[in-house]
Amino acid sequence: MPDIAAGRTAKPPRAHHVRSPSLLPVPPRTAPDERPARRTMLEQIARLESELSQLFCSTWPRQGFEWSVSSRGGPRVLSLAELEALRDDLADRLSQTRRSLSDRTYVEDQNRRRIETMLLEPDQHKWVRVSNEDIGEPGCRHWHVRPRWGVLGMLMSWWRVRISSGCPLAI
Amino acid sequence: MSEPELREGWIEVELAEEFPELGLDFVHVQARSGRSPFTVRERLRELSDRFTGSKVVHMRQDPVPWAYRVFFRQVGVDPDSDRTPVERIAIERLERGGLRSQNLLGDALVVATVETGVPVIAFDADKVGEHLGLRLSQKGEALDGEGRPLSARQIVVADEDRPLSVLFGEIAEKRGVTRRTSRMVLVALRVKGVPAISVEEALWTASDLLRAHQ
Repeated sequence: MPDIAAGRTAKPPRAHHVRSPSLLPVPPRTAPDERPARRTMLEQIARLESELSQLFCSTWPRQGFEWSVSSRGGPRVLSLAELEALRDDLADRLSQTRRSLSDRTYVEDQNRRRIETMLLEPDQHKWVRVSNEDIGEPGCRHWHVRPRWGVLGMLMSWWRVRISSGCPLAI
Repeated sequence: MSEPELREGWIEVELAEEFPELGLDFVHVQARSGRSPFTVRERLRELSDRFTGSKVVHMRQDPVPWAYRVFFRQVGVDPDSDRTPVERIAIERLERGGLRSQNLLGDALVVATVETGVPVIAFDADKVGEHLGLRLSQKGEALDGEGRPLSARQIVVADEDRPLSVLFGEIAEKRGVTRRTSRMVLVALRVKGVPAISVEEALWTASDLLRAHQ
């Protein structure tokens, strides 16, 4: 009720601005336990490293993949944020490398088909050369469509696939 | 000659909480280094013949080398830049075409590491304390107390008084094995995924080789 005796109107309490003491934020007495989060993070790093190792073996003997994930100045105990960043970097590296390998194997598959068509129709693939590296295999072998008997073969359209094997001997 | 006693080192609480299966085992050996005898060089040559490019590539999927790779990652070291000890030896073997003999101690450590996958390092037992362990370096601390400054919270192998080496890294110059050393302490690190028997095997292999050629 308005306070008439005092000659003024008392303002009603603004409930939405006043907070009960029980709702005031209480400063934490202990630091949050990071251990479960850290343990999960360490497990994730181990799993990603395992997948990266498997991928490394799958890509062999192909060259040109990037494997490095930058060092964190160790050996030391990393902070939770650093572990998270490391986990993310490993995941990025893994997905990038998987993509690169997938692109590479697609091209290699095309090259394998090409070898088959070269063998079936050499005159349709004049001078085409496909090497072992192009199909993702080790060694120096290559398939090369060349004319039989040199210029005569070129004139007569006698084409064949020459398969070279073995790497040149080291001097 | 009596069998040397295998001992377990201490691990600082914070490290033990972070890596519950981390351990450090060590053994004292009464032995001197020096030129490797023929039998040790021959053993190195046989080991060297076991390595092929394909084996080295697939090594990182073998359980023990893989466990050390994972530990490297977890402590902020990139194992593709700073190789794990067994991978470093393997790459060196491929690049040089063989495992070259260094000296008896060096060769014993290489044989033990290659055969088990567990890295082993050595200190001069008369220049380090009796109780070795793993801990984090403190702010402003230096290797060996007075050597190269260490960055804070690095993982170090230490005795009761001072850090002796950075884990998988530099050993304090004054604590390493020299020609005058007559007693050594061989140290191996155990991480998650590495069976205790592999660590013991690594230490026994190195210590047997050293003791057999005195």
